[in-house]
Amino acid sequence: MTAARRTVAPPTRLLGGRIPYIEAPLKVTGRAEYTDDLKRPGMLLARLLRSPYAHARIRSLDVAAARSMPGVHAVLTGDRYPTPFGVLPITHDETALAVGKVRYLGDIVAAVAADDELSADRALRAIRVDYEPLAEHVDPRVGLQRVDEPIHARGLNGSNVQKEVAQHFGDVDAALARARAQVHLRATFAGVTHAFTEPQVTIAEATPDGRLTVWSATQVPHYLHRALSEVLGWPLHRIRVIKPEVGGGFGGKSDPLPHEIVCAALAIETGRPVKLLFDREEVFLTNHGRHPVQNEVTIAADAEGRISAFDIQALIEGGAWSSFGTVTTYYNGVLSMGPYRVPNFRYHGRRVYTNRPPNGAMRAHGGTNLRYTVELAMDLLAEQLGVDPIDLRRRNALAPHSTTVNQFRITSTSFKQCLDAVESRSGWREKFRRLPYGRGIGLGAGFYISGSNSPIHFSPRMPQSTVHLKVDMDGGIAVHSMQADIGQGSSTLLAAIVAEVLGVDLERVHVVRVDSDVSPIDIGSYSSRVTFMMGNAARQAAEHLVEQLLHAAGELTGYPEDELVVAHERYQVGHRPEIGVSFLEALHKAIERSGALVATGAYTGPPMGGTFKGSRAGTSPAYSFAAYIAEVEVDVETGLFDVEKVWAAFDCGRPLNRLAVEGQIEGSIHMALGQFLGETMSYRGPRLMNPSLLEYKIPTPQQMPEVEVLLVGEDDPEGPFGAKEAGEGPLVATMPAVANALYDAVGVRFTDLPVTPDKVLKGIDARRSAGAGWKGTR
Amino acid sequence: MPHRPFSFRLNGRERSLEAPAERVLLDLLREDLGLVGTKRGCDLGTCGCCTVLLDGRPTLSCLTLAHEVAGRHVQTIEAVAPTTGLSRVQSAFVEHGATQCGFCTPGFVLTATALLRDHPHPTREQVVAAISGNLCRCTGYTKIIEAILAAAEGP
Repeated sequence: MTAARRTVAPPTRLLGGRIPYIEAPLKVTGRAEYTDDLKRPGMLLARLLRSPYAHARIRSLDVAAARSMPGVHAVLTGDRYPTPFGVLPITHDETALAVGKVRYLGDIVAAVAADDELSADRALRAIRVDYEPLAEHVDPRVGLQRVDEPIHARGLNGSNVQKEVAQHFGDVDAALARARAQVHLRATFAGVTHAFTEPQVTIAEATPDGRLTVWSATQVPHYLHRALSEVLGWPLHRIRVIKPEVGGGFGGKSDPLPHEIVCAALAIETGRPVKLLFDREEVFLTNHGRHPVQNEVTIAADAEGRISAFDIQALIEGGAWSSFGTVTTYYNGVLSMGPYRVPNFRYHGRRVYTNRPPNGAMRAHGGTNLRYTVELAMDLLAEQLGVDPIDLRRRNALAPHSTTVNQFRITSTSFKQCLDAVESRSGWREKFRRLPYGRGIGLGAGFYISGSNSPIHFSPRMPQSTVHLKVDMDGGIAVHSMQADIGQGSSTLLAAIVAEVLGVDLERVHVVRVDSDVSPIDIGSYSSRVTFMMGNAARQAAEHLVEQLLHAAGELTGYPEDELVVAHERYQVGHRPEIGVSFLEALHKAIERSGALVATGAYTGPPMGGTFKGSRAGTSPAYSFAAYIAEVEVDVETGLFDVEKVWAAFDCGRPLNRLAVEGQIEGSIHMALGQFLGETMSYRGPRLMNPSLLEYKIPTPQQMPEVEVLLVGEDDPEGPFGAKEAGEGPLVATMPAVANALYDAVGVRFTDLPVTPDKVLKGIDARRSAGAGWKGTR
Repeated sequence: MPHRPFSFRLNGRERSLEAPAERVLLDLLREDLGLVGTKRGCDLGTCGCCTVLLDGRPTLSCLTLAHEVAGRHVQTIEAVAPTTGLSRVQSAFVEHGATQCGFCTPGFVLTATALLRDHPHPTREQVVAAISGNLCRCTGYTKIIEAILAAAEGP
């Protein structure tokens, strides 16, 4: 029984229903264990000295006084572990602590491990640093050219450009010349950050057996494992990475972060367990949030509204380090075509270092801001052509099983079904341009990868996800995998897939805490890859296990294996269901000879993508699609507005856990509204002015609209049981839907995010004073 | 700093402890007493993760001095569930998918428990108002509100 024989998703017993999260009883009782809840005997506390300058050379660093202070066990500086690292092997430009130079206000200069926090803080104050301030670079436009003292030596031609991407497919100029309709839009986006509730925290302990154990709040234990090994110079097999529960990530805990390495280094230096917990200001300074971007979109179409070209530009502010920036720079282009067929495509994107906290991957990384501008441009195009915005999107929808101009392989897409669903549920035909002035309805579309098909590390070649199962005579099934549940429900899905295939009750299955000593590698929670990749690996592992059980059931019943089928807690003869054995009977027969049963499953993406430079960026074994409609009410005297309702049609293939998919959609809408309504990483020069949850405001429950979730996807041919991602794609359609609804309400296009009430009022006033009426008003 | 004695009721039991005047209740609970179900999210009273019930009212333990609770009753998430099983609020949170990362969950459970004690049948608006001091970044609050309303209907 191979995976190939079961590509057609069978009817399911558990999957497709509403499966409460398996760890929820621990979370509601306060018993779930997060890193900061752990205590090790003799544990020291670490604190970090951070740079008060945004850009400066370190002339000298004197830690002698700090080292000799009472209660202090170690003081660490950058020269001890200077090996550069970074999440992408091609852009290793970070160090655990600053070496020679600081690059943002908050860069780590020194670290102290002490008996208690007060001793550590006293030691930090005793460290003498002589800085030579350098010119601060905070404007990415300036950084495009050669500058004095670039932030990194690797900037292109003496500039601060970290990455430049220029792509051209087809002939955009010819398409523009032929176009019957053409729209152009520019937009500007402030940076936003993840604002997860659990601050970053790491505990490390080096033991006399020559091993190092690191507990950390991370989304990607495997990348942390690699970075620790590279920077500390310890072989991987002597390092053990454990991921306790993680209090939210959204991309912010997906890079291996400097403090994790610092904490481990202090543990090695002191021989004692060390904990390093961030305060909330440090969480904000560490950032790695969504990049501030200025982008420009030109869309050309023929007289029937068929898109003939996209011409895209993006200027992306990187902050101090590369992080995922090379991927960001590609994604801002290649994910922009989204759910549409675009025959000619040109993109010029640049990501520029600045002396500000690094930007990185945040939920719907690279697929959010450009999509906003594209979706507003599509609305503009519909208006110019006099066609309905939904019809315009229908006309341009990517066909299932097609190839894009940049050689993305598209398999399943239910984008048109998404459009149909929101159109009928929202009453679009009665409302669009027909609601009274101040009320509006708008559409946005969504598109995202279901896992990056291209792994970050190519050496050694290995699957993107591996799952191990072990079942002994007790009938409990232990599941091991380095998949990193950060609250999205991946452990629940892993257990449910195993239970589904084996036919057993969910409570038999326990997902073992991620521990690199026992968990086979899965490359973690980012790029919306877990359901698809881990799901396929889990399914394969469970199928290998059920083969062994069916074989034993065959021996017990005397029927050939291929006449046996999986029933609930039972394996029975397909055409004579009264003949069969229980799960435990089959299990006990199977372990007679071999002992505990074990099985493994793995997932490797199929070969895909073109041969040009950067061709793998954005390739995915499947893509999610979305169409959202938002309805808003604007107070035209004050600019205050309410997003009253969002109809969210989403194609995640077959939803395997409806509770989790709804949760991802509702949470995504909340996060996107935050960016739209006001979240801003607010800088004065290089200084972050609002590093707290009081001043950086995420939406309250009062601001959350009613959400109607419409799951209309058809089974994906390669997804586990037909599933695709639902973790990030649900975010991207939100902001453009609200913006297009605002346009419908008051006739103003908002292209400077966030869209605060003062901007809305200014837009309304500008339209009024230009004498341009809207829906019957002047 | 000199340690001073004080007494209070913690999860139904009288406790007599000593703590310096500046000791914060959150540190007392987490670091001194090992009650780590109360979460530290910001230390600034902005997130609500450290919510406990003080004489039955939701209170931010990171902004409360330990000595302020002298003679009063502190209830933490550890004392919400019956000896076996879950409280009605907790069950509803599990059933309705109101937890994702779970870091804010203890605070929400305590806030909801206090709300339903005072208002057994709250309106949606009352629920929203009650939880507005607790931040959640995962759920968009939707399933939390659903869970609290469902717990109020109850069996």
